Amino acid sequence: MLILTCPYCGVAGEETEFHAGGEAHLKRFGPGSSDDDFDAYMFARKNPKGVHFERWRHVFGCGKWFHAARDTATLQVFGTYPAQVSGPPQDILDRIAAATSAHAAK
Amino acid sequence: MRDAVTALHGATFIGRVTVADGGLRGMVTLRGDLAAPAMAAAAQVIGLTIPAQRRVVMADDRAAIWMSPDEVLILVPHAQAEATAAALTQALTGIHHLAVNVSDARAVLRLTGSEAALRETLAKLAPVDMDLFGMGEVRRTRLGQVACAFWMVDSSTVELICFRSVARYVFDLLAVTASDGGAVGHFG
Amino acid sequence: MSTRLATGGSRIDRSKPRRFTFDGAGLRGFAGDTLASALLANNRMLVGRSFKYHRPRGIVAAGVEEPNALVNLGTGARHEPNQRATTTALFEGLTATPQNVWPSLDHDIGAVNGLFAPFLTAGFYYKMFLYPRAFWKHVYEPFIRQSAGLGRAPAPEDADPDTYEHFHAFCDVLVAGGGVAGLQAARVAARAGQRVLVLEQTSHWGGRAPVDGGTIDGQTTEAWTAATLAELAALPNVRFRTQVMVAGVYDHGYVLAHETVADDRPGAKGPRHRLWRIRATRIISATGAIERPLSFAGNDVPGVMLASAVRDYIAHYAVSPGDRVVIVTNNDDAYRTALAVHRAGLTVPVILDARPAGGGALMAEARAAGLRVETGRAIAKVLGTKRVTGVAVCAQAGEGAVLDTIPCDAVAMSGGWSPVVHLWSHCGGKLIWDADRAMFRPDAARPPTDHTGAGFVTCTGAANGALTLAEVLADAGATGQVDAPLEAALAPVWMMPQGAGPKLRAKAWLDFQNDVKVSDVQQAAQEGYQSVEHAKRYTTLGMATDQGKLSNINGLAILSDALGQPIPQTGTTTFRPPYAPISMGAIGGAARGDVFQPIRRTCLYDWHEAAGAHWEPVGQWRRPYCYPRAGETHQDAVRREITTVRSAVGLLDASTLGKLIVKGPDAGRFLDLIYTNMMSTLAVGRCRYGLMCNENGFLSDDGVVARMSDDTFLCHTTTGGADRIHAHLEEWLQTEWWDLQVYVANVTEHWAQFAVVGPKARQVLEKLGGLDVSKSALPFMNWAEGTLGGVTARVFRISFSGELSYEIAVPVSLGRAFWDALLAAGAEYGAAPYGTEALHVLRAEKGFIMIGDETDGTVIPQDLGLDWAISKKKPDYIGKRGQERLRMVDPDRWKLVGLETLDGSVIPDGAYAVADGRNANGQRNTQGRVTSTYFSPTLGRGIAMGLVRRGPDRMGEVIEFPKLDGSSVKARIVSPVFYDPNGEKQDA
Repeated sequence: MLILTCPYCGVAGEETEFHAGGEAHLKRFGPGSSDDDFDAYMFARKNPKGVHFERWRHVFGCGKWFHAARDTATLQVFGTYPAQVSGPPQDILDRIAAATSAHAAK
Repeated sequence: MRDAVTALHGATFIGRVTVADGGLRGMVTLRGDLAAPAMAAAAQVIGLTIPAQRRVVMADDRAAIWMSPDEVLILVPHAQAEATAAALTQALTGIHHLAVNVSDARAVLRLTGSEAALRETLAKLAPVDMDLFGMGEVRRTRLGQVACAFWMVDSSTVELICFRSVARYVFDLLAVTASDGGAVGHFG
Repeated sequence: MSTRLATGGSRIDRSKPRRFTFDGAGLRGFAGDTLASALLANNRMLVGRSFKYHRPRGIVAAGVEEPNALVNLGTGARHEPNQRATTTALFEGLTATPQNVWPSLDHDIGAVNGLFAPFLTAGFYYKMFLYPRAFWKHVYEPFIRQSAGLGRAPAPEDADPDTYEHFHAFCDVLVAGGGVAGLQAARVAARAGQRVLVLEQTSHWGGRAPVDGGTIDGQTTEAWTAATLAELAALPNVRFRTQVMVAGVYDHGYVLAHETVADDRPGAKGPRHRLWRIRATRIISATGAIERPLSFAGNDVPGVMLASAVRDYIAHYAVSPGDRVVIVTNNDDAYRTALAVHRAGLTVPVILDARPAGGGALMAEARAAGLRVETGRAIAKVLGTKRVTGVAVCAQAGEGAVLDTIPCDAVAMSGGWSPVVHLWSHCGGKLIWDADRAMFRPDAARPPTDHTGAGFVTCTGAANGALTLAEVLADAGATGQVDAPLEAALAPVWMMPQGAGPKLRAKAWLDFQNDVKVSDVQQAAQEGYQSVEHAKRYTTLGMATDQGKLSNINGLAILSDALGQPIPQTGTTTFRPPYAPISMGAIGGAARGDVFQPIRRTCLYDWHEAAGAHWEPVGQWRRPYCYPRAGETHQDAVRREITTVRSAVGLLDASTLGKLIVKGPDAGRFLDLIYTNMMSTLAVGRCRYGLMCNENGFLSDDGVVARMSDDTFLCHTTTGGADRIHAHLEEWLQTEWWDLQVYVANVTEHWAQFAVVGPKARQVLEKLGGLDVSKSALPFMNWAEGTLGGVTARVFRISFSGELSYEIAVPVSLGRAFWDALLAAGAEYGAAPYGTEALHVLRAEKGFIMIGDETDGTVIPQDLGLDWAISKKKPDYIGKRGQERLRMVDPDRWKLVGLETLDGSVIPDGAYAVADGRNANGQRNTQGRVTSTYFSPTLGRGIAMGLVRRGPDRMGEVIEFPKLDGSSVKARIVSPVFYDPNGEKQDA
């Protein structure tokens, strides 16, 4: 069972306090978009074995949605961050790069 | 018209801790940018400082509970809730906010007993590190299968809020948990 | 025979006799005994029958690894099967019965299975019962069902009378195991200031050390243990506890541990078991090692025990497993048993050491004590059936030619030790094969990793492969001076004798509990099973309740040998939690009975109950389905309630409806994106019915929106929809449109809401007095705030029934009082409460859709004729793009219509309308289905709504719905609005 730190209330809570919300950083395609774009947005959600960016809601806590960068295979959590961004922050990308190169070195 | 009633109708359970209906309490949800200077006006209305992250500020019959970065739950006497919400709305005119009376949406339960027994009772139901939980802190979490928040009033008193519709579940669950014979001895 | 020795026994209290019953016989033991030690003290070596062949089986071990001594424990509602006698503390009045025996333990008819052993080999299920086909159902399956399984399940009518609970604990370092290694590791962590929790599965500290001897800095291991515990007890940052077994290690340092609180005090106050839900930053597994049996013919005969168990019984419980104990070993450790047996005044006729050169210092000590040691020797076979009577001795290097026969009544065997690596492995820690010591031990370079990517489990002591006292201490971070005999190397012995032929191999057991023999594993290899995971399942090796604690490594070695490859190449099977079985009660914890799950109650719950409500669960809410009166069926009650509403006035507890406040400068804009309708144009004081879709375009919720003020809306959701829709709004606000200035608050539970419905509704409210509720002051689809009967209320003129209707919201704390006032005011108008079933029929008569009936997650609003509620002007709303897809605008879509049966009957719920022809699977083609179907008391006939292909274009057409009984019902396609199509009544 995962531990996630809610970036809003600072609580490092167990998974049962949270609700998973699928892929983060979706680019929405609304009216006027092509079938292909809408299809990709609506149905082709990422589910990688490895680094993944996800939406979570602190449902039993402050109720806020946030993002988590997590390796779905090792369950390493590279960080959590507020949802009001369209991409992961640099410090988290750096941490992922460091972990990936450490893994490659092994 | 008639007297307002709580969900638990004054119920009390006496075990290793005493679980009691905390009575009617006025509650106002205030949403807004808690860090904004304008919140000083709100603080003045409620006569309390705006609590910092995961803190509760208490004085007499009032309390302000940090709920999220843009939400405070203000506790006042039940009869004052509507006026408090109106006063907050007035004080924050022109600032994006929401102040609404939610007094009856939640039930208050009052747990009393030894500090060790209180911590132990909560640790049986909530995934919270009760070693580190201290005075002045509020924890919103899961109690059994429902949402709740709790804070310590003093070393022998915990107040706990949950949604009113599950007040009976929470009361019964706490009663089962605080029954005699279930001491763990983890907190001394 | 086995018996109680006159003196000794570190754990028993001879001043406290305990009476207990086994297999109907009254027996005696002492406080401190386990059930197993007490049985042995009473010469009860035979305790059960084996799973497949019903062979007599005795106690093998002294701890959690015991494969044979599983008993039914307790009686009546406290009966529990498969309890290990070796870990069951004896208490006054304990009652146990043997398992898998019929008609009795001594004379078991199933033992005849042994005669068929050649047919019951590996994979026998798959081969034996194939032909003739017809035999499976009538012969094989009944036979298997009769004989399969261990123990007897508790009777279904017996609810477990005990209670259980969970406990959440947090620590920096969790130490699993309270032996020398665990206590030393705890001391190191505690001195470093870490918050430490030490859990020991037995009732005793020190692990094996008190039995195995040696000194640390001149102290006995008992003294060392006591001193270490005293040091830990004085530290505020250390907690330690016995009788808590760490059952499983999970992701991110989550640990489940099982505490037996009151197993030995049935009926005591408080929980019987407690499940610890622990978060540990680091876990130190000091779980020790388990001794392996040796594989020789007859190694399952009662009286053949693990060598360590034999000396445990002598030392802890003063129990002699036999007068003459033959020792058979491939390592030095078993010599400790020989010496312990000898010092207890019993006879060791011979020590058979399979190693040609024998052992080291301990062997010398044994010889000095006058014990006969034979090196390079093995057991050819054990003599005896229900009890060992002797052993036939052979050369380990040979094929089993008998050199000597030695009478004895017990055999102590040792095949070496396997580290308990379970906790290391649960979460992905990898193992390496240590060929010198013939063991898998943790590979420190490949630990399980936590959320930071760092390893979070370490093994220490015997669990890490450090078997001697000196190694254990050093491994756990101590620098003490250890005095213990140096031990010579073990020699791997996987088959005894090495060249044993088929006859011996077929009597050499690997897995005692699942009756798997050396020959079975070899056969699996011959049949092509190369993967250890496959061979395990084919032979069932290690798949019993002991999960192969004794058998896995031996089985693996046999398989590797049969495959002609080294052991590491074969690999291990996966270790899965729990380490040993834990109770279902502990898993459930406090969640049983009234608090099994939360039930959401409105403020009228007690009133409904008193009024005789028949309850309907709606999500976690309980709502009255109907209020049957004396002599009424539910159907009668529903019809009466409908008639009351249509002819007089009905009262409904609608408090469960979701209520969300949406406020801010952008609230209108936001709601325009959330709803399919235009909400920003709604006037203050007005109400509008709105639809919410998901991004796919499918209808997900509906409800009335009321505009409270310029920047504030009140959005009603369906019952049970409040939390889901609240989360939905917050998700869009926080993750997509965070530039919008909008706050949402869920005020559902602040308000009690009651519908006052029917032609006399206005009169009731006027009787209450206060707010002007006249048609002109409060027209249909308007709302107002004021006092009613002295209570501040919000009154919404909305209707879900087609009648004149008011929904009145008052603060919940006044809800019951207001309801009582409504009933009093309504009495003279014939007011009565109605339930959810009447609500459903009323709305269906009016053609109103219900989320979850007319919708199923694949229905768009356009399918339901709700185009009027979909704004054509808005550039965007959630679901708009989805609804533009080709399939969504296909004119062939199934659309909402009313269905009127030709014979007036009620169409079965969920019935499908058949069309001409058949599909590719030979099934009748379909052209529609029923979504809501009721008897309408208002119309005196069956009515239904359904989704039918091109339905609205086919008014008047008759379609056919087959029923389950083979007949069918014909229905005419009509408008779904059966009642008051012009809406005059609701507008009255």
